[in-house]
Amino acid sequence: MSLATAENLEDVKARNKALIQEVLTAYPDKFAKRRAKHLGAFEEGKPDCGVKSNIKSIPGVMTIRGCAYAGSKGVVWGPIKDMVHISHGPVGCGQYSWAARRNYYIGTTGVDTFVTMQFTSDFQEKDIVFGGDKKLSKIMDEIQVLFPLNKGITVQSECPIGLIGDDIEAVSKAKSKEYGGKTIVPVRCEGFRGVSQSLGHHIANDAVRDWVFDKQEGKPARFEQTPYDVAIIGDYNIGGDAWSSRILLEEMGLRVIAQWSGDGSLAELEATPKAKLNVLHCYRSMNYISRHMEEKYGIPWVEYNFFGPTKIVDSLRKIASHFDDRIKEGAERVIEKYKPLMDAVVAKYRPRLAGKKVMLFVGGLRPRHVIGAYEDLGMEVVGTGYEFGHNDDYQRTTHYVKDGTLIYDDVTGYEFEKFVEKVQPDLVGSGIKEKYVFQKMGVPFRQMHSWDYSGPYHGYDGFAIFARDMDMAINSPVWKLAKAPW
Amino acid sequence: MTQNADAVLDHFDLFRGPEYTEMFKAKRENFENPVADAEVERVREWTKTPEYREQNFAREALTVNPAKACQPLGAVFAAVGFEGTLPFVHGSQGCVAYYRSHLSRHFKEPSSCVSSSMTEDAAVFGGLNNMVDGLANAYNLYKPKMIAVSTTCMAEVIGDDLNAFIKTAKEKGSVPAEFDVPFAHTPAFVGSHVTGYDNALKGIVEHFWGGKAGTVPKQERVPNESLNIIGGFDGYAVGNLREVKRLLDLFGAEYTLLCDTSDVFDTPTDGEFRMYDGGTTLEQAAAAANAKATISMQEFCTEKTLAYIGTWGQETVALNHPVGVAATDRFVQEVARLTGKPVPDAIKRERGRLVDAIADSNAHIHGKKFAIYGDPDLTLGLAGFLLELGAEPTHILATNGGRAWEEKARALLASSPFGANCNVYAGKDLWHMRSLLFTDPVDFLIGNTYGKFLERDTGTPLIRIGFPIFDRHHHHRYPVWGYQGGLNVLVTILDKIFDVIDSNTNVAAKTDYSFDIIR
Repeated sequence: MSLATAENLEDVKARNKALIQEVLTAYPDKFAKRRAKHLGAFEEGKPDCGVKSNIKSIPGVMTIRGCAYAGSKGVVWGPIKDMVHISHGPVGCGQYSWAARRNYYIGTTGVDTFVTMQFTSDFQEKDIVFGGDKKLSKIMDEIQVLFPLNKGITVQSECPIGLIGDDIEAVSKAKSKEYGGKTIVPVRCEGFRGVSQSLGHHIANDAVRDWVFDKQEGKPARFEQTPYDVAIIGDYNIGGDAWSSRILLEEMGLRVIAQWSGDGSLAELEATPKAKLNVLHCYRSMNYISRHMEEKYGIPWVEYNFFGPTKIVDSLRKIASHFDDRIKEGAERVIEKYKPLMDAVVAKYRPRLAGKKVMLFVGGLRPRHVIGAYEDLGMEVVGTGYEFGHNDDYQRTTHYVKDGTLIYDDVTGYEFEKFVEKVQPDLVGSGIKEKYVFQKMGVPFRQMHSWDYSGPYHGYDGFAIFARDMDMAINSPVWKLAKAPW
Repeated sequence: MTQNADAVLDHFDLFRGPEYTEMFKAKRENFENPVADAEVERVREWTKTPEYREQNFAREALTVNPAKACQPLGAVFAAVGFEGTLPFVHGSQGCVAYYRSHLSRHFKEPSSCVSSSMTEDAAVFGGLNNMVDGLANAYNLYKPKMIAVSTTCMAEVIGDDLNAFIKTAKEKGSVPAEFDVPFAHTPAFVGSHVTGYDNALKGIVEHFWGGKAGTVPKQERVPNESLNIIGGFDGYAVGNLREVKRLLDLFGAEYTLLCDTSDVFDTPTDGEFRMYDGGTTLEQAAAAANAKATISMQEFCTEKTLAYIGTWGQETVALNHPVGVAATDRFVQEVARLTGKPVPDAIKRERGRLVDAIADSNAHIHGKKFAIYGDPDLTLGLAGFLLELGAEPTHILATNGGRAWEEKARALLASSPFGANCNVYAGKDLWHMRSLLFTDPVDFLIGNTYGKFLERDTGTPLIRIGFPIFDRHHHHRYPVWGYQGGLNVLVTILDKIFDVIDSNTNVAAKTDYSFDIIR
């Protein structure tokens, strides 16, 4: 049955149902039952997307998920630019994640900035057998000698650390004392913990709380505070996203005192409890610390979405609503300023993209957040899912997706391939592991983690790039060449 | 506002304008608690000094920017060189996401591999259930002809027994009893990705030859005249293995490429996704026991595999990623000797063409100093070629090189007057290399993509040869082996040399007298 031709809603729903049944038949019974809970179609009016989430991946299915280390080192901590992040354990984890995420920053790498470097304890067999604490201690000494301008150190645990019983907390405390109260943060983000990178985010958030915030108790801010101080939380500055967001907040009159964590610094983490409002982009990876700051320091937080003009306008107003008229007027001024640019971008690209169907599978906030940007271009998202979302993500997703949208949680390689083969979208947005699979099939593709080495996609400046990139993917002449003429 | 719908600016240009640069400056000054510019500059200069180099080389515990990955990456690479084979890595699932990403970023191809997705409970109770369920799911979903199992460090630390687990999984019906599930323990805390390649390949060979983990009788070897060729872990596998096949076909030799990844990492875009493509057939893998001899193109990727093959009475020959005339001569002559066939005239002419090209161009390379880093065999192959070109290798570094590699490298350098001023660094990393490039500078650096950080910091022009290459496309499709491959390497080196000469001679009225149109 070709499902691409389904037109009306009932047909779409029926075909999605059939499609889910079809993929499930490939699994052994026990696992068909388990996977069935993660696959569904959104039904208008329901409070969530009708799928289970944040559950262990099934062995052997080619999950797209990563691990807790990836969530802590790769996402939350890695971008903090003036600290040295030790990938503690064997060499591989740090190697594969070395400079791969494009968290842009300004700084002199190797001197006062260390993001695109791979610091590892390169565990050998003897470290497994005898433990790695002494080595870790020595590593910190060597970092102090060779990288004297570092502002702090984090220990990003790889799988063996928790298994061999190392006490990285004790090492960190002792070394912090030895170096005059230096910030040294042990992070228990061993890759086997939890079901995905999501637990790594949580552990990393907790590590900021316990090893950065608590040290700052009672200390004054390094700067004079204003009523307009905000912190950007959950923007990793991929391709410069946080910058093209920050500029809008500043233009509307706010003062951004911290970026978490793209192009961020230890001082910014430390200063964040002085903010008047935390503005949260990636809810999934940093809601924990936002809630903590709300509970402990009384700082409200607000989620926003800087993908595409419709959502940017909503978000600027939503953020401004927490402030006085000066900021509200500032928001309107910003909206007006960029309107001609947005109109021009939409006028240029919408005619080329209107009616095109998109399937997404990404992490964090993007499976829902980018939908508005596609819709601004007249495109339709017909399927979406989260690598490591929780139920609160799927609840939030209901505000974005249309009735009947195919939903797939922790999709497997098999399912995703079959879904795309049958739904025949005009574009798939997912990650590097998926990119070439779909391109081989002749389906245009954009990496929606790394922006396919482009970006930024956030903010008004980013939307122009987003629109151009989607156009170049879908309307590239290459796709007409995939079939030989004979 | 600099953004423009007519000419969209992306990150290359967007952030250069004053609205962003002033924002960056204010952020730094007001909120980053920055180190003073003068102090940053002082430390930056200090990192260039011999004093810093001394402290850098005194490191005993910290590794910074290593040029090596971990064992399972090599195991996954080895597995996909066999027909219809799905790599299955037993342990934490995040590792598999990393291997797949790493290989896809280099080859610009899909990389299929599954994990047994072990979590906390498996850490406590062992991963047997994960193996049982994982094999069943992988077998049903992806319909492989073989599943090749390796391990992450998690499974190794808790001591999971692959042989027993696979046996149990078969008993429980995860896969049919006769289905091929070779395995290898590939601890990430021993060796590197080249070790993992070796272990996985040995696991596969031993599986077929040695009686499939005791489930069938050991094979009887019936010697024939065929050759086995093993490529080793190789970022140029697509181009190199096809070149090796072309040369052997010119010989009219009977051969088996043991682990042929040339097709699976180079599938067409024609509307179909091929999870599996090409590869050594399982029948060929089994029949390879009967070969007269096995040639490994990369000694340090195949130490255990060759030793095992040697126990079967085969002659084994180990090369070191042969690049250039003499190294290719040796390969060709070994093939001629082992097959008893003369070197075809066509190959002799290819040799002459490479020598011709070197004669035409060597004046631009002669006496130039080079630093090289990479996997042990690759660095030896490249160093040998540079010596032929009259270049002077000055620093050779392999993070995953050991004492045997170091001795081999020294012997190679001693064989030529052009190697007299070269030092060899086993087990060192790219932060060591950074010091070397400052205190003992060279004209060019050869290495993988990560070398671009060295190029930026030290100003040493980088020639990208190695693995991974993420930021240049498609070079893996062109061989560096064979005389044709040597030509590709020569051209790659020359192009960079000429680009550097041009960029150093292009200031009008100042340096452009040397901006020649003929070089």
